Amino acid sequence: MLRRIFTGFCIILFFLLQVTLFQHLSMASITPNLLLILTFEFGFIRGKKTGIWVGFFSGLLLDIYYGTGIGFYALIYMYIGFLNGYFHKLFYDEDITLPLLLLCGSNLSYGMIIYICRFLLYNRLDFFYYFPHVILAETIYTIVISLMVYRPILKMNRILEGLEKRSASKFG
Amino acid sequence: MKRKTKFSFPAKYLLMILSVLCVGTCILSFTNVPFAANLKDVTGYVLVPVQKGLNQVGLWFSNKADNLKELQSVMAENQELKEQLNQLMEENSNLAQEKTELKQLRELYHLDQTYEYPKIAAKVIGKDPGNWFRIFQIDKGSEDGIEVDMNVLSGNGLAGIVTSVSEHTATVRAIIDDSSIVGAQFSATSDICNVAGDLTLMNTGKIRVEDISKEAEIEDGYTLVTSTISSKYLPGILIGYVSDIKIDANNLTKSGYVTPVVDFERLQYVLVITQRKQQ
Repeated sequence: MLRRIFTGFCIILFFLLQVTLFQHLSMASITPNLLLILTFEFGFIRGKKTGIWVGFFSGLLLDIYYGTGIGFYALIYMYIGFLNGYFHKLFYDEDITLPLLLLCGSNLSYGMIIYICRFLLYNRLDFFYYFPHVILAETIYTIVISLMVYRPILKMNRILEGLEKRSASKFG
Repeated sequence: MKRKTKFSFPAKYLLMILSVLCVGTCILSFTNVPFAANLKDVTGYVLVPVQKGLNQVGLWFSNKADNLKELQSVMAENQELKEQLNQLMEENSNLAQEKTELKQLRELYHLDQTYEYPKIAAKVIGKDPGNWFRIFQIDKGSEDGIEVDMNVLSGNGLAGIVTSVSEHTATVRAIIDDSSIVGAQFSATSDICNVAGDLTLMNTGKIRVEDISKEAEIEDGYTLVTSTISSKYLPGILIGYVSDIKIDANNLTKSGYVTPVVDFERLQYVLVITQRKQQ
């Protein structure tokens, strides 16, 4: 239960930060994708199912406020959470290279999907403009921010795991 | 905890069910079922107040950064402006006299062509979190009389159009958004054209102007206003000033750029015109 509250709180907090505070901290009108960090991280450190749920709700919030059709972002984020869940087996607390590579891959593929679905299909063919100026720029900024965010969430996860173990042993 | 998880089914099925749900709702939202607005109402009660607060924090940060940058230039500018002020005061008194004269003359000729629309002010409380679109949220909704397709101004220039409304918030698409097209005309020559937002021009602070007739005689600096034949935008709203007009490769039309009068990087307050073109 505590974990669910924490996860829900994280999603709402990251969504709000992304649409308000980080819009003012944008560089060259590029903002980091906080919800993607969250989706990726929960998928990676908790497994596929958590990834699916976190991705689904993060995407849903975006859809409700800024999407054109409810479910579009939810679908993308959900699959990102799910696919990152596959790497849960390789999750190791101290390692930072794999998570960064995964986040990088997630953000690049997210950018590509949006480009293909919402721009390429509308005859915006100038891929060599969009790739460096939007997709790559967003990925770099997101990775910089994730360096600050990744550890605290990991730590919180460990604390929650400790609490769960304790209460489980109490009843067991 | 252990007992509860006994009946949980594999992630694959969960993914499948939610995917079907997403695709379903996606299709549904392109029909006329207004459930997106309802979802917005429900979540809005919690999110909107927090958003307003957080925005203040964000503004504080960006203001601090701007302050440091601008202090020096402002001091020099202040000196210049003081000198200008003296000149302008004098000019102003002259103009005030001429204005009353103009008003009288206009009344005589019934030539009052400046447009006055009823407006309400709103605050920008959130912007599209992605980097692909320029959509923003304002803190007035259907309760305050806002409806879809109402025009949104900032200062005296066109900022965008309302695309969806919930009880206490509304979503506005800026005219620099990649999917925005505004029917416009040159106030000097009345030649019509289209102003289309373009993501590739976002950082240059310009928008593309297209479909100007080849015969039109347009010079740099001409003002562009919304056209009388546009279906959603009210006529006579200032958009910006044109530059770099060139003949297209098809040799039939001209195109160029327009610099909007609205500063989209620093949108804080907007005015929503509560009159729609099509009632």
